[in-house]
This record gives sequence, C-alpha cells and structure tokens, in this order.
Amino acid sequence: MAILATEGLTKDYHLGPHTVHALRGVSVSIEPGEFVAVMGPSGSGKSTFMNLLGCLDRPTDGRYWLDGQDVARLSRDQLATVRNAKIGFVFQMFNLLARTSALENVELPLLYSKTTPRERRERGRARLAEVGLADREHHHPSQLSGGQQQRVAIARALVNDPAVILADEPTGNLDTRTSAEIMALLQRLNRNGLTIVLVTHEPDIATFAGRRLVFRDGRLMSDERGQAEDAAAMLAALPEEEAVA
Amino acid sequence: MIFQALRIALRSLRVNKLRTALTMLGIMIGVGAVIAMVSVGAGAQIRVAEQIQSLGSNLIIVMPGSRNTAGLRLGQGSQITITEDDAQAIAREVPTVQVAASTSRGTAQVVYGNLNWSTTINGVSADFLEARDWGLEAGRPILREDVDGATKVALVGQTTALNLFGESDPVGEIIRIKKVPFAVIGVLSRKGQTTWGQDQDDIVMIPLSTAKKKVLGVSQANSRSVNVISIKVQAGEDMSEAEAQIRTLLRDRHRLQPYQEDDFWIRNLAEVLQTQEEASAVLTYLLAAIASVSLLVGGIGIMNIMLVSVTERTREIGLRMAVGARGRDILTQFLVEAVTLSLIGGIIGILVGIGGSNVISALAEWRTVLAPSSIVVAFGFAAAIGIFFGFYPARKASRLDPIEALRYE
Repeated sequence: MAILATEGLTKDYHLGPHTVHALRGVSVSIEPGEFVAVMGPSGSGKSTFMNLLGCLDRPTDGRYWLDGQDVARLSRDQLATVRNAKIGFVFQMFNLLARTSALENVELPLLYSKTTPRERRERGRARLAEVGLADREHHHPSQLSGGQQQRVAIARALVNDPAVILADEPTGNLDTRTSAEIMALLQRLNRNGLTIVLVTHEPDIATFAGRRLVFRDGRLMSDERGQAEDAAAMLAALPEEEAVA
Repeated sequence: MIFQALRIALRSLRVNKLRTALTMLGIMIGVGAVIAMVSVGAGAQIRVAEQIQSLGSNLIIVMPGSRNTAGLRLGQGSQITITEDDAQAIAREVPTVQVAASTSRGTAQVVYGNLNWSTTINGVSADFLEARDWGLEAGRPILREDVDGATKVALVGQTTALNLFGESDPVGEIIRIKKVPFAVIGVLSRKGQTTWGQDQDDIVMIPLSTAKKKVLGVSQANSRSVNVISIKVQAGEDMSEAEAQIRTLLRDRHRLQPYQEDDFWIRNLAEVLQTQEEASAVLTYLLAAIASVSLLVGGIGIMNIMLVSVTERTREIGLRMAVGARGRDILTQFLVEAVTLSLIGGIIGILVGIGGSNVISALAEWRTVLAPSSIVVAFGFAAAIGIFFGFYPARKASRLDPIEALRYE
C-alpha cells in the first residue's frame, strides 16, 4: 500500500480579484522506501505540492492519504499532530534554533508529543549518533559547519520515526562536497527503509533519487524511474579538499 | 509543558539581556510605586488611628451650648449650661456609660522657683483620667478625697513639666498658680497632639473644687457649672445609642420643650475620627491609583516587547509549528514568557517598593506601613498584567501560518 497518495490534488490562491491555480489536480502515489525527487521551475507548483504533502496547508480540492489516513480535511491542530507523528522536515536554511544545543534541537519535535525528558534525551542522542554527530551534542548551531548543521536537522527530522522525510532543497546552501555527503547520508537512510521526498532544482542532486517527478504550470509533467547515482561512490571520487570546519 | 515553556522563556529572555532588563524596569517601577504609595497611605491611616486612641475612641464630649432666651440667641459656650450634677446623672442613669467626668478649664501662669509658664489649668473630678484613658508617668492621681477636701495638689503634663522643671523630677515640688501654692503629686503620661494640632501635654490638672475656689472662680449664675463633661462609654457599646440617651437625659434635666433647641453640645469623637479615618483611606486609594498608572505603562512595555519578539522569532514559530506545535503550544510559550518577564519584574519591584517605603519614611519623616496584603496584591497585579498584555502578542504568534512563518526573512 502507498505511504503517500494524492488524487486530483488542487490548490487555488485568491489574491484580490485574481485566482491563482497553483496546483491543477495532481494524482501521485509513493510507495514505502522510495526516494523521490520533485523538480520544476519556480511557479511550477512544486512548492505548493510539498506544502500539501507536509500537511502545512490544506488542498482546495482533491484527496490525500498519508500512511493510510485521509488528511485533506483535517483542522489546523489535527494537521499539527499529524506532522508531529508522521513527517520529518529538512529545510534549505537548516532552521535550527540558535543558542540551543544540537541535542536540544534534535529533541524539539518530541516536546510536542507525549514523551518524558529521559526518553527525549535517549532518542535525541541515538539520532545524533546515527548522523555521525555523537560528539557534538552540546555544540550550538553557530559552532557547527553548514554540513553538520544539516545533519542535526536530519537527526531532528528522524527523531519521531516519521513515515516520510520531506526535504526542501536540503543542499541549496552547501558546497558540492558537503552536498554529496548529505545526499550519501539520505541514501543510506533510504536504503534502511526510509521514504524520502526531496525538492530540488539541481538536476545533479535529482540523479541521486530513484524516481523523479517534474512539475510545470501546476501539473505533473513527468514521472520517471531510473537508476540512482550512488552519492557515497561519487564522494569517494571527489578530489580531497581542505577540510572546512 | 509549562515547565518546558518556562525553560524556553528563560532562555529567550537571557538572549536579549538589556531589552529584558528595560522591560522589567517598567513593571519594577510600577509594582514598587504601588507598594511604596500604599505604605505611605497606610502610615497616614495608622497615624489617625493612633490619634483616635490618644483621645479615647469611646469618648463622648458634652459642652455648654447656646441658650435661646426670648428670641435672643447667644453663641455656643456663652452660657454655662452644664453642671457637675449633669455629669453625675449621666453616670448614674445611662447604663452604657462607664464614667462621666467634669472639667473646668482656664488659663493661668504657673510659677516654679524663678521660672514661669502659661498653661491650661484643668479642674477635674477624680474620674477624669479614667474617662480620657490617661495614665500617669510618675506619682499618684487626684483622688476623690482631694476633690472633696479641695486639697492643693496638681498633676503636670509632659510639656509643662519640661518647661518648669527641665530634667529634674517634679513630684513633691511646690508650684504656684495665681499665687496659690500647689504640691505636684504626679506627672501625666504623654498624649501627643490632637488631630487639630493642639498639644495635649501642655496642661496642669488640679481638683475641680480647688480650681473653683482658689484659681478659676465660679460662675455667678451657677456654682455647680462646668466647661466640659467627658464621658467614657463601655467598650463595645453603640456610641450613637449612648449619645442619644445622654441627649434625652440632658434635655429632660434642663427642662427643654420639644420645640426648643439643645442648650448643650454633644460630640461623639468616634464619629469625627471615623470620618478622618475614611479620608485617609481615600488618600491611600488615590495614591495606589496613581501608582497603578505606572504599572499599566509597564504592562504596555511588555506588550510592545512581546510583539517585537514574536516578529523576530517568526521563523522559530514556523519551525515549531512544522514539527508539530499546535496553536495553543505557541500561545502557552509566549504567554509564559510574558508572565515570567512581569513576575521577575514584580519580585524586584516588591524589593524596590520596600526600599522606597523605607527611604520615604527616613527622608520625609513620614510614617510608612508595609502591608503584606499590598505586596500580595501588587504581585498578583504583575502576573495579571503579564497575562493581559502578553495575550495579544501570544495569540498573534499562535495564529501565524506555518508556511509564511518558515519563509519569513
């Protein structure tokens, strides 16, 4: 059964007298364990699509099942609860809380679910270790490199054991090598069974995904599967660089 | 959740130390002002209460009034219309009266050695001190035998004693009043000023009989007449009721017809002083109200800063919403932050208020009284202001659209 499924997903925005059709009926189905890249020029509707997948917004029309639950008509608070339990977000700007340790950043989603402080600490530590930052748990974001910050953000996305990770241009603020590292990490998590949907406008980054959805003018233009590049292999082929702290 | 919110609040307040301190300053000044001003007002109330105590809180004074004789009306006190017999009748016939003492008043020059001093001479009956709740500092009181035998003994007030005897002990010394020698048998305890500023300690008391025969003389019309009857009503009895009974009795004794006005004048001190007490309570409320304005301004400061904080932290709010914070989680977080701000300011403000109250009492020599209730109320007010002025910014934060908030630069 599909973990994400949409049917005729539509989103209209009303700007004064004008109606903008951001999404004109998108039906797509994503199976558990897939790594999907969402592409398209700006204004193509890919951001709107991601916002709907992330339960940050409600569709004007159409249906959306997330992990078997129909979430298209839920209230704001119900959507918050669904996001908390089912979705992990990774952002281009990392969006870590400043002056807050890496560990506390990772624990953040657990603050809004029923967990004890002890449980939060344990799960937060485990996730930080999973992204290779066990020795950085007390560092603040300003003391971490961009790549490390994005790893903390990925650990945060994983901490609630979500059904899907939604990554919005996760490598947009990183250099080539660090981007490859982050993609290698995501591929490793994906091989362990995690479903990932990634938005990117860089074709290079999209090649690391096994399935590519291309949007144009609010419609799904193409949906193709192919062999994904191995980020870890590519990383090994990259020339050694001066380590950036 | 509240505990978490408190931790988040403390952290965010630490980030902008100067801003936090300035915002707290507003609440601090407000709470401090309320506490200091209420303590000033309460001090005034206590002072009035003490003056009431010094006069005797259950005291009724009867003085001669005007007499209407064939349409000719003379002023108050122009006729000596009350007598020792009236006083005795009041003590005997009004059941709630404890004592009724007679006094004849006059002014005379008192001489001791080569010093002299002009003071009030009170010729009193033996129960006068009891009627006025007046104690002795040294020596013995004027007794019934002194009054019956018209002995030449005197009690001196503190001010008189200081002016005639300085630091030495007056008891046993001989003073002269209008050339009549009197033995000082005692010194009165200090009474202080009346509410109208008269020094009650500038006084010499002698037996009523002696005063009439040797010092003040007697009225041509009635040798039994007196200037004042001081009546002490038994504790806990209704003062107005006692006053009414005394009036009825005196009208009866003076054979006044229903159409005639009283030829005496009754003053119930409890009533007078109650009015003054009410006035000082109004003063307290007024001061508290003025100080509350600064508390209000402090609250607006909190609202202002919380609005800035919400705007600055829009992305953080967006992120928290994305990872699952519901509207009420965000609302709680910002509300707790505002209340924390106002409560810390309030606690410091209480200390400032206590300090300010001490400074006022030291510099202005104005008695101040710190009421625990005013501290509790000011603290409660600070919390309420945090909630009231924190609510709007917190609600604004909780209603942000997560998508917009995440994208906010």
